[in-house]
Amino acid sequence: MAEMLTNLSAYFELPFVRYAFIVGVLIALCASLLGVTLVLKRFSFIGDGLSHVAFGAMAVAAVVGLTNNMLIVMPVTIISAVLLLKTGSNAKIKGDAAVAMISVGALAVGYMLMNLHPTSSNVSGDVCTTLFGSTSILTLTEEEVWFCAVLSVIVVAAFFFFYHKIFSVTFDENFARATGTRAGSYNLIIAVIIAVIIVIGMNLVGSLLISALIIFPALSAMRLFKSFRSVTICSAILSVGCSSLGILASLLFNTPVGATIVISDMLAFGIFSLIGVFKTGLRD
Amino acid sequence: MSQLTCHELSLGYEGREIISHLSFHVNAGDYLCIVGENGSGKSTLMKTLLGLRKPMKGEILTGDGLAAREIGYLPQQTVVQKDFPASVWEIVLSGFQGSVGLRPFYTKAEKRTALENIRKMGIEDLKSRCYRELSGGQQQRVLLARALCATRKMLLLDEPVAGLDPLVTADMYSLIDELNKRDGITIIMISHDISAALRYATHILHISDEIFFGTRAQFEESKAGKTLYRLRKEEKSWQKC
Repeated sequence: MAEMLTNLSAYFELPFVRYAFIVGVLIALCASLLGVTLVLKRFSFIGDGLSHVAFGAMAVAAVVGLTNNMLIVMPVTIISAVLLLKTGSNAKIKGDAAVAMISVGALAVGYMLMNLHPTSSNVSGDVCTTLFGSTSILTLTEEEVWFCAVLSVIVVAAFFFFYHKIFSVTFDENFARATGTRAGSYNLIIAVIIAVIIVIGMNLVGSLLISALIIFPALSAMRLFKSFRSVTICSAILSVGCSSLGILASLLFNTPVGATIVISDMLAFGIFSLIGVFKTGLRD
Repeated sequence: MSQLTCHELSLGYEGREIISHLSFHVNAGDYLCIVGENGSGKSTLMKTLLGLRKPMKGEILTGDGLAAREIGYLPQQTVVQKDFPASVWEIVLSGFQGSVGLRPFYTKAEKRTALENIRKMGIEDLKSRCYRELSGGQQQRVLLARALCATRKMLLLDEPVAGLDPLVTADMYSLIDELNKRDGITIIMISHDISAALRYATHILHISDEIFFGTRAQFEESKAGKTLYRLRKEEKSWQKC
């Protein structure tokens, strides 16, 4: 135990470890905020689809050889989010089918491009990193760290500003619309925030695992808490806790950081479900 | 001038008209019941009145101090609401969303009004309870309190007693009647329940092959009204047997 602590403090002597830790926690916080909305609006599948789109865009960016691939990834993901949301409400192809098409298509195109125009000698390593996150959070560049930090702050601020509006649009969109809330605009804002979260989250846990970061804390919190505010607060705290734990564990045991965080989220979900069952069991 | 005037409306979807040439008007303080068979287009009419969809033809005008977005709305319950983690207080307050614009928080005055509406509905002790754990009748009262936060003038109620037991149904009707009589709120109610419509409403809109609009007394004299009356009496004598 003492050895672990010395190990950890040695790691935290390094500035880039501290930065990475802060960014990881910020990303986890952002991801958890919109989880409730995503789950209850049946948008979970959009989150999943978007992360695949982001993967495809990442591959395109790598092939084009941009120094900052966010210039392509961010706009493409945001546009896809908006399009998916529009098709979700009224389209000839049903929402979930459209998502499946786009996401699988983006995966295939992304993988194809990465193979045809390899940017490094280790193609499968690159693919793996994009899908499952940096094998170690230490490989984040300082530029990426700042980028993530700024965007996280913007996301959290936007969430606070639109909190009541997000609630009313999620709870009863028809009522909101009928009484004059611009539900369409707020859906759009929600979609854009989700897209931003997915893109910044890719750095931490990769495009395949980012959905877990969004959905698990909210689902866990919903086992125990009954109001929108308490569920939101609980899932934020839970997400921050699980990701800190995950990052520390991955440093100590040299495991992939994304997978470690998601597994700690899963454990939390298990514990919360058990407590939930226990509580309702007692009441009945 | 009437609060709400519908002029020569045609409603439908995908190019197929289900209601044509619908004209009626609602004055302040009226209690209008919209009755008709399933599939006659009652819900489509409701959505059009709320501005959720556009009519194929015709127009809807508001007046007498009522703005188009000032109509409170009690929806039929949707699936999303049933497992939503939300407290009664959060839901009632969200009724103000239409009028707060970009302001991120609720004002003290809004919170006070929300509390008043909660009291009016007799659900003060449920304020911090979770919506999904309430009974059907309690949930309807919560949504009614929310609708009151969105309007002081007109309420649109979509099947407000669907799925409620007879006792709670009677409570709900007298609550709505009170809002109409005491607070002077105009009521537009969609209902299956002809007997309640004939008991409380001042005006009836009957949507069928032929459209009837008029006062309750006129409806009782009309062909559709007489048929419905007869059916109802037969039903009652049936129940007695």
